[in-house]
Amino acid sequence: MIDNKKELQIAALQNGTVIDHIPSDQLFKVVSLLDIENLKTPVTIGYNLDSKKMGNKGILKIADKFFEQDEINRISLIAPAVKLNIIRDYEVAEKKLLHLPDELTGIVKCNNPKCISNNEPMKTRFKVIDKEMVTLKCEYCEMKTKKEDIVLL
Amino acid sequence: MKKNSFVSVADLSKEDILRLVKSAGSFEENPNRKILEGKVCATLFFEPSTRTRLSFETAINRLNGKVIGFSDAATTSSSKGETLKDTIKMVSNYADLIIMRHYLEGAARYASEITDIPIINAGDGANQHPSQTMLDLYSIYKTQGKLNNLTITMVGDLKYGRTVHSLIVGMSHFKPEFEFIAPEELRLPDTYKQFMEEKGLSYKEYTDFSEEVINRSDILYMTRVQRERFTDLMEYEKVKNVYILKNSMLKNSKENLRILHPLPRVNEIAYDVDDNPKAYYFEQAKNGVFARQAIICDVLETN
Ligand SMILES: [Zn+2]
Repeated sequence: MIDNKKELQIAALQNGTVIDHIPSDQLFKVVSLLDIENLKTPVTIGYNLDSKKMGNKGILKIADKFFEQDEINRISLIAPAVKLNIIRDYEVAEKKLLHLPDELTGIVKCNNPKCISNNEPMKTRFKVIDKEMVTLKCEYCEMKTKKEDIVLL
Repeated sequence: MKKNSFVSVADLSKEDILRLVKSAGSFEENPNRKILEGKVCATLFFEPSTRTRLSFETAINRLNGKVIGFSDAATTSSSKGETLKDTIKMVSNYADLIIMRHYLEGAARYASEITDIPIINAGDGANQHPSQTMLDLYSIYKTQGKLNNLTITMVGDLKYGRTVHSLIVGMSHFKPEFEFIAPEELRLPDTYKQFMEEKGLSYKEYTDFSEEVINRSDILYMTRVQRERFTDLMEYEKVKNVYILKNSMLKNSKENLRILHPLPRVNEIAYDVDDNPKAYYFEQAKNGVFARQAIICDVLETN
């Protein structure tokens, strides 16, 4: 009974996408990377919710929106362990996993101050050269960035 | 996007390098040709480099091309805040080819993405200087008759020396043995060691500049050890005279050994080496024109 009440912290969704288990401190970055501000459909944002597993989590319920795989892969860098469910007629129709893409465009900042991407109005572009260790290489200045040094734009 | 640009040594396949080296050889045999008749080449030097610019402009002039451009960003609109994109777009309306040097890393790659005419990178900050690497590779090929299975010894500043880093990448197709001689503070960065390990290449590192290593080398690639590269000036004082090549150190070296240096030198090669037939650094600089003729004709697909 108590569990059911908790589930109701957020309204149920008829059709759309639920992204659960987002680390709370990454929630608003996820919102921005998925360009949710520009959606016209109803979106419920849950922030600092109780979570047995994570202590505290964020959740997004986005009505009538089904993301393409490369759209949702954009958040794999900051929230690799999210649960993403596609809802059709109140039921989970599909579960999606995130994959780190081969290339990241306009998401990560280059840490090299002498890189052209920090000096021109342009998008950054990185190759993911090691998916397991999450090592990136700037396509412009060719400098490598390790996971712990990644800064998002 | 623009496959005909020449931006980074890492883009070149083994076949590309061999094609360019052979083409450079044919330009050396016959440097004055009318291949670029009717073509306009822009040399955009956002950062001055007289040596590189003259070498490129000589290459163009010997092929009957026309040159436009600037030799210093202080005289151009980029000093008035124009973006690189706008400058490249504007010049692309006038020229068939852009040769550019820029103080920012990745500038040539970015330029190649925003124009349809070929871009040749004549140096982008500390990142790449691929035409220097082509002239180094051509010099090695010419003096050794091959690129395969050579022992290449690199001496001096292996940390910041971009010619060293690019030569490692360029030679990596040809099963070299690398020997690296550098002071502790200027050792080769780990990223290049990883690169060689991934390619299955063997290398050794030393802090001593010994005759033993010289004697088994086919190529001795000398670089400047600059004072401003040291965080600890005591360390500089200790090593500044250690990485100097003197003629006496060459007495038991291999017959085919050649000494290369990207120039300008400071004191790392003693003047008594200049008269040794194994000294090759002045001819190496001359090879730059032929290597650049080959690069220009390759990106313009003139043959
Ligand atoms: Zn960069």
